[in-house]
Amino acid sequence: MTKIITKNWGVKDSHLLSVARANGVYSNLERVLKTPIAPKDVVEAVKKSGLRGRGGAGFPAGMKWSFVPQNTGKPIYLCVNADESEPGTNKDREILERDPHLMIEGALIAAWAIGCRTVFFYIRGEFDLPERRIRAAAEEAMKAGIVGDNVMGSGWSCDFIVHRGAGAYICGEETGLISSLEGGRGEPKIKPPFPAVKGAFGCPTVVNNVETLCAVPWIMEHGGEAYAKIGTEKSPGTKVISVSGRVKRPGNYEIPLGYGLKDLIDNECGGMQDGYRLKAVIPGGSSVPVMKPEQVATLKLDYESCQAHGTFLGSAGCIVVDHTQDMVKLLHVLARFYSHESCGQCTPCREGTGWAYRILTKIVQGRGTKKDIDTLRSLTQQMDGATICALASALVMPVQSFLKQFPEEFEAKVQETVPA
Amino acid sequence: MTVSSSTLKLAPEAEARIDDLQRRYPTKAATLLPVLWEIQTQVGWLPQEWMAYAAARCEVPVSKVLGVVSFYTMFHQEQPGRHHVQVCRNISCTMLGAEAILACVREKLGVTNGGRTADGKFSLEEVECLAGCSWGPVVQINRTYHENMTPEKTAQLLDSLE
Ligand SMILES: Cc1cc2nc3c(=O)[nH]c(=O)nc-3n(C[C@H](O)[C@H](O)[C@H](O)COP(=O)(O)O)c2cc1C
Ligand code: SF4
Ligand code: FES
Repeated sequence: MTKIITKNWGVKDSHLLSVARANGVYSNLERVLKTPIAPKDVVEAVKKSGLRGRGGAGFPAGMKWSFVPQNTGKPIYLCVNADESEPGTNKDREILERDPHLMIEGALIAAWAIGCRTVFFYIRGEFDLPERRIRAAAEEAMKAGIVGDNVMGSGWSCDFIVHRGAGAYICGEETGLISSLEGGRGEPKIKPPFPAVKGAFGCPTVVNNVETLCAVPWIMEHGGEAYAKIGTEKSPGTKVISVSGRVKRPGNYEIPLGYGLKDLIDNECGGMQDGYRLKAVIPGGSSVPVMKPEQVATLKLDYESCQAHGTFLGSAGCIVVDHTQDMVKLLHVLARFYSHESCGQCTPCREGTGWAYRILTKIVQGRGTKKDIDTLRSLTQQMDGATICALASALVMPVQSFLKQFPEEFEAKVQETVPA
Repeated sequence: MTVSSSTLKLAPEAEARIDDLQRRYPTKAATLLPVLWEIQTQVGWLPQEWMAYAAARCEVPVSKVLGVVSFYTMFHQEQPGRHHVQVCRNISCTMLGAEAILACVREKLGVTNGGRTADGKFSLEEVECLAGCSWGPVVQINRTYHENMTPEKTAQLLDSLE
């Protein structure tokens, strides 16, 4: 299987500049700048590759870059989204720990393509080693003339600033990230205007996920067509999947898109741990609908197959649920999470996530009634789509799918009416 | 609201780092998070007078600094323990035994979520997913991640801290 994002992970000290250069990192940046390959041709290559955003929404990267207006006279910004906080997902973190220079190379090629002179690297506040690695890498690259003034002797300059978050899931949402970068609370903003047109500091801004940008050097080396040949027609390329739960070998695995979820669990992950049976999988991070074993058997890890199964690839955090787990309890945990992380701007989200959490608390404690289950259903129907950002829907999807897929577990915990 | 002034100063290297960032960011207001981090790293938390310092340094109202500080879970308005124990309570860690770890920490320290031991040595915070799900349960102490935890390992770890 072709490795693009994780190809250097087995190399000792792959995070150091000398080792990274021996691995070929920065050779594509150098070729782009020295040839030079015109920005519009870089955008064209990425468009041809079909690379889709790996942060969750799957938006085509080349197309996003082409939306950036080049004639406003304002600076253009690139924000790298390294806020990775979607429960079940731990891929960006390992990318940063193992190959921070590949990350910087991808970001600089993207910056060149969109006409950006300042890259903001927004990193999750809790991250320790990943932050030290990216700061050390940026420092090494700066001293070596790769970042900053006159990048690799090309005459083109680009600053790279690491901006540390401070604990808020919502700052992973791109406009929440921008609010936070601007020095405020991480409150999402209404779209349109989209960040590509009016983003950070009122200027055109591209927000891309870490993994998305790490695919760009390979695309410049091998061409967009070669990338498009990997994976499936509509979901080209590779994807790093995080697997958690009671499998024998949990961790991050890079697979070509279209790879079977069951194959990943059985082969790469070595199957379930002894004594544990598969009960369900949430394939795309905690925000997407849950799948039962018969769906897991046929689901392919690509955007289309996930949708055909009624779920999403999302951030590709595969949460493997074993037979000992109580689905009501797990949903209760998720409702607590989303209500805790709601930024509070939109009433349906602020009130709805809190209400869902309170109802589930009642049910978990054995104080719930059948009517509470109905309320959960109708309440989440009203929350969906009525908000500034997708956080509300990120609770709606698990609630509705857990209720649909495992109704018996909820019904077993509630009573007909309130006990006297 | 008028912008406040402050006579406080951070360590010279920290002041220099802030000066450098303020040259590189498009606005001074945007350096508020980096400034708050510099303060918290040096002082350990964010007392009122230091929030006023941040307001002056970034040329924003104190009320804005308060709004920002209260929004983010990692900014402390009270001094945490010397060892700030953060236990992930989200889905993957819960499946792998986070509740038993929390019970162990609560019992050992005699505090609940948000609490601090009387001697100021430990504080406990239940946190959301730390992006270590594959290697859960995860406990973070100050900035260090501890993965694949069990109640026994957690108890030993707490005992080993000075
Ligand atoms: C509630 C919420 C949380 C999000 N968290 C993240 C995150 O942690 N990391 C990320 O890259 N994208 C996250 N996203 C997606 C971003 O809004 C955005 O689509 C992405 O960063 C764009 O980059 P990409 O096109 O390269 O994927 C989140 C979205 C929502 C609605
Ligand atoms: S949907 Fe929720 S998190 Fe998103 S902006 Fe509205 S209140 Fe904030
Ligand atoms: S659920 Fe605990 S680290 Fe992700």
